[in-house]
Amino acid sequence: MKIALTGNPNSGKTTLFNLYTGSNQYVGNWAGVTVEKKEGSVKYKGESITLVDLPGIYSLSPYSMEEIVTRRVLIEERPDVLIDILDGTNIERNLYLALQLMELGVPMILAVNMMDEVRQKGDRLDCAELSRQLGVQVIPITAKKGENTKELLEAAAALARNPARDPSRSVGKVAYDRATEQAILDVYVILWEIPGLRGLPLGFYAAKLLEGDKKAGEALNLDKETAGRIERVVAAYEASSPYGDRETMLADARYKSITAMVEKAMVKAGAEGGLSLSDKIDLVITNRILALPIFLLIMFFMFALTFGPVGSFLSGGIDFILGDMLTRWVTGLLSSAAAPGWTHGLLVDAIIGGVGGVLTFLPQILILFTCLSVLEDSGYMARAAFIMDRLLHKIGLTGKSFIPMLMGFGCTTPAVMAARTMENDRDRKMTIMITPFMSCGAKLPVYALFASIFFTEHEGAAVFSMYIIGMVTAVVSGLFLRGTLFRGTVAPFVMELPPYRLPSPGALLRHVWEKAKGFLIKAGTIIFSMSVLTWLLQNLDWSLQLVLDNRDSIFASVGRGLAPIFAPLGFGNWQAAVSILAGLIAKETVVSSMLVLYGAGSGEALASALAAAFDPVSAFSFMVFCLLYMPCISAFVSIKREMNSWRWAILTAAFTTAVAYIISLVVYQGGRLIFG
Amino acid sequence: MVNRHTGARNLGELLPGQTGVIVSIGGEGAIKRRLVDMGLTPGARVTLRKTAPLGDPLEINLRDYELSLRREDARKILLEERDPDENSAYR
Repeated sequence: MKIALTGNPNSGKTTLFNLYTGSNQYVGNWAGVTVEKKEGSVKYKGESITLVDLPGIYSLSPYSMEEIVTRRVLIEERPDVLIDILDGTNIERNLYLALQLMELGVPMILAVNMMDEVRQKGDRLDCAELSRQLGVQVIPITAKKGENTKELLEAAAALARNPARDPSRSVGKVAYDRATEQAILDVYVILWEIPGLRGLPLGFYAAKLLEGDKKAGEALNLDKETAGRIERVVAAYEASSPYGDRETMLADARYKSITAMVEKAMVKAGAEGGLSLSDKIDLVITNRILALPIFLLIMFFMFALTFGPVGSFLSGGIDFILGDMLTRWVTGLLSSAAAPGWTHGLLVDAIIGGVGGVLTFLPQILILFTCLSVLEDSGYMARAAFIMDRLLHKIGLTGKSFIPMLMGFGCTTPAVMAARTMENDRDRKMTIMITPFMSCGAKLPVYALFASIFFTEHEGAAVFSMYIIGMVTAVVSGLFLRGTLFRGTVAPFVMELPPYRLPSPGALLRHVWEKAKGFLIKAGTIIFSMSVLTWLLQNLDWSLQLVLDNRDSIFASVGRGLAPIFAPLGFGNWQAAVSILAGLIAKETVVSSMLVLYGAGSGEALASALAAAFDPVSAFSFMVFCLLYMPCISAFVSIKREMNSWRWAILTAAFTTAVAYIISLVVYQGGRLIFG
Repeated sequence: MVNRHTGARNLGELLPGQTGVIVSIGGEGAIKRRLVDMGLTPGARVTLRKTAPLGDPLEINLRDYELSLRREDARKILLEERDPDENSAYR
């Protein structure tokens, strides 16, 4: 049995999905597009039900990828039941999607969510009345508290067991104005006469053709004569209204019908447009004068928490456990077993040093992700986009780009995926291309290491300057790209500002755990194998013999080949060149490979080795290069997936690396002139 | 007597706290469709909540939710010239 979940963004769809499926989830992509596909399974009375979480959408227009995917899935895959989740606190806009979904002829249940908030406002919703008017079951729930959710699943399962209805009869359930009803019926009858279309949801196609939906027209592949007959219906329909535009007319008809329905089914307590608690909070948070200071304060707080005393303390704890206790224990074990010297090198230097060095940053990455999740779940992210739109508009983007860019401070991979929420393709591409400049969490070890050695007096400032340089580079590149690759009109910005909600600890934990898991898997697989590989490459020569001096190793010779390229940037030594290469696997490995390459078992040994190889100017130049050069493989792959093209992904990699080279060159050469 | 007429001919001209009733939506293509999909249809009552700190975009309230859009798009949404039948300029 297959049940699909759909609904507006912020309707609590994900909460319900998580509630039902727990950890039995599978996340992937819908075939051929970059829209997330989430599936999970739930056991109900011994039966296994597959739950499909469809993307959050507002309408079934042909303009956004999410909406097209939803149409396709519902028409082609035909789940047994569709549960449409509505936010009871703004039921009109949520019903607008419901009316369109009903036309698809999939057996459907409406779940009106957030009933606790509806009651709290003093509003009363008569679900039985709504159900009577729509001809579909309407079940009130509060997903967050698990209220009535069992009943919802029960009703869905019961509906699925009923024999399937004929989707082609999916017309005339909702009462519109006379002209609209007549026009839909006229188109429906024209389609009904075509034998090849039997079995398709003709009510849906009739409405879409009336709207002038090109995708629907292409899907049906109508002949010229039929198309002409439909156009005549449309012309008569358009002539019947002063608006004279089919798309607006149909949307208007739907909303009018909804308003009439809601008037009968809902009793509202407060005056229209009255201020809720959320509105009052918003008056302060997006206040004309206070908004920017609050925004900066939140950003500052987030970074202070992550990189300040709390984060450093936790990192220090992990470093102590792994770097001191574990190392000592393993060393003791190896020497008492009289193990050969290379085992110490492999286990302690490569594995504990490499993997451990990266695990040290786990607490900070988790804190950062917790902060970002709180901002997202509380509704502040949308406000941040609202506040920043004006600035981003100047570089040809919208406030929506702000969300992926902010997430870029955590990790480029999910940040690039967050760009999906942007409908405009050009905006999405441009955002993806500049997001890697936002310094990701994995680059922090590099800054922390170098700053602690070369900028002891101004460690914080040196690290912070990386974030600033990253942001400035993103803005300048944005302007550059807008003038070259992405000329043309600026995308509109129409975005819902969801009410402020207290993030649920459960959802937060799940979110952060997902990230932690991802990071640990990365540490256990990619970083583990890269650490071992790095160690092998720098301890073996081309004939695969162990070398005594790692200047004879494979890595050294590759590094020496590459080093001249980096000489103008101030770090023409082979160890630096090799670490940069290793950083392509994951940015954390820049540090772990340096630990291995300089043969340093501890932080102090590495510090003295680096102090000999770099000076402050070249160290800063190296930090800048690490900040800006092409993102790691995992991010690169997700860029390819999101852009749906190798060419764009390679272009992004080449662009970022070129920018990194140029800026590091300027930093080093300029720095040498100034500081001699 | 409070003069209830806002004097605004389009959504972009409303002052914070003022309410208007939509007459028609201009523009075309994806942006227009997006606006009507979000409930900006003829007859809908829209209240301007505020403008963003940097002057753009706007935050409006309609159909019990908050929506943000840019002033240039708001200008394409024309409002009724006559008074909205309820209190509009009291806040």
